[in-house]
Amino acid sequence: MQIPEGEYRVGTDDDYYVRTNVWSAPGCHGAACGAILHVKDGKLVDIEGDESNPITNGRLCIKCLGIPEYQYHPDRILYPMKRDPKDRGKNTWERITWDEAYDLIEENYYKVREKSGTNNAVLTLGGTGREATMFYPVISFADFRSANVAAPISGDSCYGPRCMIASYMFGTGYPEVDSGMFFNKKYDDPRFERSEYMIIWGSNPLVSNPAGYFGHQIIDMMKMGTKIIVVDPQITWLGSRAEYVLQLRPGTDAALALGMLNVIINEDLYDHDFVEKWCYGFDELSERVSEYPVERVEEITQVPAELIRKAARAYATADGTGRNCSIFMGVAMEMQVDCVSDIQAVLSLIAICGNLDVPGGNVVGPRASFTGAWRYEQIKWVSEEDKKGRIGEEREPIERNALSNVQSDAILPELELPDDERTVRMIWFNSCNALVCMPAEPQRWIEACKKMDFNVVQDLFLTPTAMALCDLFLPVATFPEHDGIVQIHYGRHTPYLGAEVKALDYGETKSDLQVTFELGKRLNPEAWAQFETIEDFMDDQIAPTGLTFDELRHEGILSFDGWNYKKYETGEMRADGQVGFDTITGMVELYSMHFEQWCGEPLPKHEPSPFSEEANPEMAAKYPIILTTGGRKWTQFHSEWHQVESMRQIDPWPVLTINPETAAEYGLSEKDWAEVYNDTGKARLKVHVSTVIKPGMVHATHGWWFPEQDGEAPNYFGAFKSNINTLLPNDSIGRMYKGAPYKSNLCNIRRVRSLDED
Amino acid sequence: MSRNALLINYQYCSGCHSCEFACRNHLGLSKEQWGIKLTEVEPFEVEPGVWNWDYVPVPTKLCDQCLERVQAGEKPSCVKHCQSFCMEYGPVADMAARAEELGDKTALFIL
Ligand code: SF4
Ligand code: SF4
Repeated sequence: MQIPEGEYRVGTDDDYYVRTNVWSAPGCHGAACGAILHVKDGKLVDIEGDESNPITNGRLCIKCLGIPEYQYHPDRILYPMKRDPKDRGKNTWERITWDEAYDLIEENYYKVREKSGTNNAVLTLGGTGREATMFYPVISFADFRSANVAAPISGDSCYGPRCMIASYMFGTGYPEVDSGMFFNKKYDDPRFERSEYMIIWGSNPLVSNPAGYFGHQIIDMMKMGTKIIVVDPQITWLGSRAEYVLQLRPGTDAALALGMLNVIINEDLYDHDFVEKWCYGFDELSERVSEYPVERVEEITQVPAELIRKAARAYATADGTGRNCSIFMGVAMEMQVDCVSDIQAVLSLIAICGNLDVPGGNVVGPRASFTGAWRYEQIKWVSEEDKKGRIGEEREPIERNALSNVQSDAILPELELPDDERTVRMIWFNSCNALVCMPAEPQRWIEACKKMDFNVVQDLFLTPTAMALCDLFLPVATFPEHDGIVQIHYGRHTPYLGAEVKALDYGETKSDLQVTFELGKRLNPEAWAQFETIEDFMDDQIAPTGLTFDELRHEGILSFDGWNYKKYETGEMRADGQVGFDTITGMVELYSMHFEQWCGEPLPKHEPSPFSEEANPEMAAKYPIILTTGGRKWTQFHSEWHQVESMRQIDPWPVLTINPETAAEYGLSEKDWAEVYNDTGKARLKVHVSTVIKPGMVHATHGWWFPEQDGEAPNYFGAFKSNINTLLPNDSIGRMYKGAPYKSNLCNIRRVRSLDED
Repeated sequence: MSRNALLINYQYCSGCHSCEFACRNHLGLSKEQWGIKLTEVEPFEVEPGVWNWDYVPVPTKLCDQCLERVQAGEKPSCVKHCQSFCMEYGPVADMAARAEELGDKTALFIL
């Protein structure tokens, strides 16, 4: 099925096709995958790929192909519901209208605000991935006028730190691998060149499509000849197709990157011209990397010295082909205490090898654009006093963080304060299933959140978080149920804008934008006065393109054909139009005076995980196994999709991957149940024995709950049975409050009979 | 009539399951049935640093070669949605020639 150019809908009133670009819900990163939705008699009956989409060309993953099953799942919540706060944990929900829901929010907002004497009484927590990421800061800043907003992940270890670090080092947005996204013709544009080598560092992008990058573009480039180097503690499928696999010990990425820098600098393989013209602090960096000779790095990382040399030489020289090389970074970089250092070191590799903003390298756009920039500007609705009074302001002043979020680890202690000392009295969970996903120590979060006067959740299913904590449930629309704008990379690197086109109504669900807008009209009408409808708002957001939303819908997806490479030479990187980078020195800041001021450390360095043999030998003696978590599955987006049968057929249970040697030592066989535990928490998973992981460490999948189980207290759909985040103590974080050891914890394991029996 | 074949260049099959889901949507199958099913040769180390890990989707008795779609000039649903674009469909002779071109890790299923 193809929709003719210039149209977005064909067919009759009761049997038609709609072309759209997908974001959410369900959760995904907004890679602007092209889809054609078939609606018959008011029902979504089929979905197909859109061959005219320049990124996906007709391809779709199983989360799109499975959308009818998700959308019409009998457990889906289609109407607003309320529950008496006394009944939290009981299934005593009662259907109400949207007007009643908004009245209830308004009433409670004014109450908690009065009690605390500040708008900061409302805390908004946003989940990851979904379109909600564009709007949860806005609900907080523009609607509630509260400065208390966060994605509640320990060490803020999501996409934020890399944006912040790139912003300070390069003065740009997210440095993404070049996939021809600057041109309409993509790979066929003569200005595009493939990477000679692409390093896939701490990521499984084919599965995760991280941050808006459609992962299988990497396969496109492998077919053109791009060679792959994988840096990962586990062998991934891409690892089986790689030239080199650097199977490092979890939590040692910074040391590895510093070792590679050492090879490249000492063997004189760096790009002298670029370094001389455009880099600040190269001498200091050289001095620092001299502390990381490859032999030492081998000891830290367990990657053979010779392999480190080979990978570094390959990346720096592209085998003399004259091509450039790229690095694809995964969120594993953030999920360790070395977060700032490992990202700084990898960005330094990109820069000194002359691989920044060149064909086949890592390319950049503006720091933030469209709604990606606008959402944080809404902080203007928050008073100076409330900004100063926000949670964790002493840790990280509001101006410093590229996301304007509060530092996440400061939230839990605030929520745990007694009623008369606490500011926060109401939590808004925006597509956030916090009990199962994101925060460290969810077992503390549940008790803390129960203390609130009023909690609201926006979601599609009754999650453990909704069941245990919330008093009002607002049903979210799936992507076929609403209009929207897809901005890949959340506006942090957005060479494409796609129209998300509504195909049908179902129940009384509303999009994140619609709720943000309608709530704002009630609570802070001034912020929304210039817009009558959400379409007015979208017109305004995309005005710089010269298109209205309706025109974009007809266009389908817009590619900003003709972004230039080497924008530092053309003056397109700086607001003042001068050549160079938009940083204080006008150069790439290998040495960061900002970071020096904030934490005393201007350069990357390796520090061991607080939960490791080096840092905590006592703990390592008691808990000798390295625990890494968070590997992605085709069938899930974090805590989503567990109720969908087709997905559970493929991935029925949480999985613990363990090397045969270690499995034998602990008396474990394939499909046994095992309990993983340490002093902080425990979780049960099903054993998968495989040599993809080294002896002495295990990998546990995250985000598990069991929608088929009892949802009422105290079971909460089994939210705490396989909850791997219970093993991670809150606030065990890295410098500048960034990075938490989700990827490098310690544990012990024992065999158990089942999920419930010992 | 000449027979057709499904070609899988499994050097690039990432095991994403899209072919299975696309086929199920096309044939309207229950959860117990498959028109094409992914198989796996689980990962093992061939020599230090070199790994073998393969996925190959195998068409079943229920595969109708997407007859209606193909007659309407479209690709079979699995071929169209394959995230790696590693599937092709056509007359056996053409597919055999393609297989020779593609080389390593290519399989042909005669339908
Ligand atoms: S050709 Fe059609 S019927 Fe056959 S496996 Fe592919 S999608 Fe299924
Ligand atoms: S859709 Fe393609 S890449 Fe995915 S499993 Fe099937 S053959 Fe492999």
